Amino acid sequence: MSDPIRLLGAPTSAVGGRAAVVQTARTPTGDVVGSSLTPLQDLSGTITPADLHFERHHAGVPAIDPAHHTLLIHGLVDRPTSFSVDDIKRFPRVTRIHFIECSGNGELAFRGGVFGTPNPGLTPQRVAGLTGNSEWTGVTLRVLLEEVGAKPDGTWLLAEGGDACLLARSIPIAKAMDDTLVVWAQNGEPIRPEQGFPLRLLLPGWEGSTNVKWLRRIELGTRPWMTRWETATYTDPLLDGTARQFAFEMDARSIITSPAHPETITSGWREITGLAWTGRGKITRVEISTDAGHTWSNARLQEPVLSKAHVRFTQMWQWDGHETILMSRATDETGYVQPTRAELIRIRGPGTLYHWNPIYGWKVAANGRVFFHGAT
Amino acid sequence: MVASAIAAACRGAKEPGREPSRHYGLGHTASVAEIAERDIDAGPDGAGLPAGNGTVAQGGTIFTQKCASCHGANGEGRPPMYPALVGRDPSAENFVFGRNPNLKRTIGNYWPYATTVFDYVRRAMPQTAPGSLTNDELYAVTAYLLAANQVIPTDASLDAHSLAAVKMPYVTRFVPDNRRGGPEVK
Repeated sequence: MSDPIRLLGAPTSAVGGRAAVVQTARTPTGDVVGSSLTPLQDLSGTITPADLHFERHHAGVPAIDPAHHTLLIHGLVDRPTSFSVDDIKRFPRVTRIHFIECSGNGELAFRGGVFGTPNPGLTPQRVAGLTGNSEWTGVTLRVLLEEVGAKPDGTWLLAEGGDACLLARSIPIAKAMDDTLVVWAQNGEPIRPEQGFPLRLLLPGWEGSTNVKWLRRIELGTRPWMTRWETATYTDPLLDGTARQFAFEMDARSIITSPAHPETITSGWREITGLAWTGRGKITRVEISTDAGHTWSNARLQEPVLSKAHVRFTQMWQWDGHETILMSRATDETGYVQPTRAELIRIRGPGTLYHWNPIYGWKVAANGRVFFHGAT
Repeated sequence: MVASAIAAACRGAKEPGREPSRHYGLGHTASVAEIAERDIDAGPDGAGLPAGNGTVAQGGTIFTQKCASCHGANGEGRPPMYPALVGRDPSAENFVFGRNPNLKRTIGNYWPYATTVFDYVRRAMPQTAPGSLTNDELYAVTAYLLAANQVIPTDASLDAHSLAAVKMPYVTRFVPDNRRGGPEVK
């Protein structure tokens, strides 16, 4: 059997691919109304490869020809304007690293399921995979709104996408003028079709559905439009008989991505690692417990810690071979601390919807097998 | 105008990474026709609702022909793909969804605005032929769904004016987000 490093290797190639043994993938449902989850456990660092970034669609992925696609901005503006994709790329560009997260992230892990506690067979992907972190390039919406002469009495805007359901969400003008971007590139290349090619809206830290893909229209008005996606869905029923509307900001969350299910580990030293993020700015601390929550200590945060972006946390751990539960707990710059699942249920109710961000645990059995522990 | 331009330029000068504000003259002025082609939203005050009308009875026929294959003969849904649209289950009344994850949210026991039905069907339904219903058909289907959900009478007819006037039973339950970050979890 010849040594492979003594054989002349493969030639240069036009588009690279992963090594054959690296089998990583999203989890497509095969539906036009559906999602596919980021394989969090397979990733290192903080950047999600674009082809592994989660999807959530309400009418499938449209095939848009950028040569004919336009973004119309109208309503309470001095000059209703239609921009081609090339026009948008001529504006001053900015590049920022931000996460996107669906407000439905974590539903399975929150629900009790058949046994009354969350399914121990969940992987990090299945627990919290409706999120990804990318470098985005585009123009600030502020520059575009100034270009068309947004009138001062415009207080809300409707952002509409070019998918088959013309998904549309109402956005307050303050966010539009703050850090909202109209982006065309992700991780250095044009956004992929499933991420909104050729243009999407990026609202740093805000729930995924506001980051309208295949962006084709923005209308300025004086009140929200109350579309399906901010009334029938993306509203959060609470215990007191109300439903929270326009719950835009994603609360702080962390998840250990290793050790995690379905790993089997051996005793001795290894690093506990995971990701943390918050829609309210920067993560300031991630604590780890290796004794089922009895004691906590600070993990290291990989620099730079960026605002409204995933941060990688790590802590060296020497496993003694006894059964235990590993947990992580994020704190953000507002002083918010990630709650346990029990706290979240107590505050919002077992039937609440969206913004499920409880502390997640991983039980390490004496034989080294790791299982999801959701009942924190 | 001048003061705001100066203010804008000063803002730009204070942020080293940002271009000072200016007008670039990019894009082209959108024509009335270009706007009309895309501007099909309907808001909660009725703004944007087109001319047209339809009855509950007409809507029932359209529902059977174009909606029931996915949403069920009586709008009961085929979850998770096709939501339940119709239902006033007594155990789901009084907006107790926070207590029980198994309750079905329907148009009648949850949706805060009737115009949302019109807006959503107009832009998105039927799923395989969105935008194919006429304005009269949209009013009819909307009327049918509201009547099936016991919000309007079964002999009702809807147009822009009467649709804008429909009050959904649970509109007052929708409250603004009171989360602010900070040490208190809400």
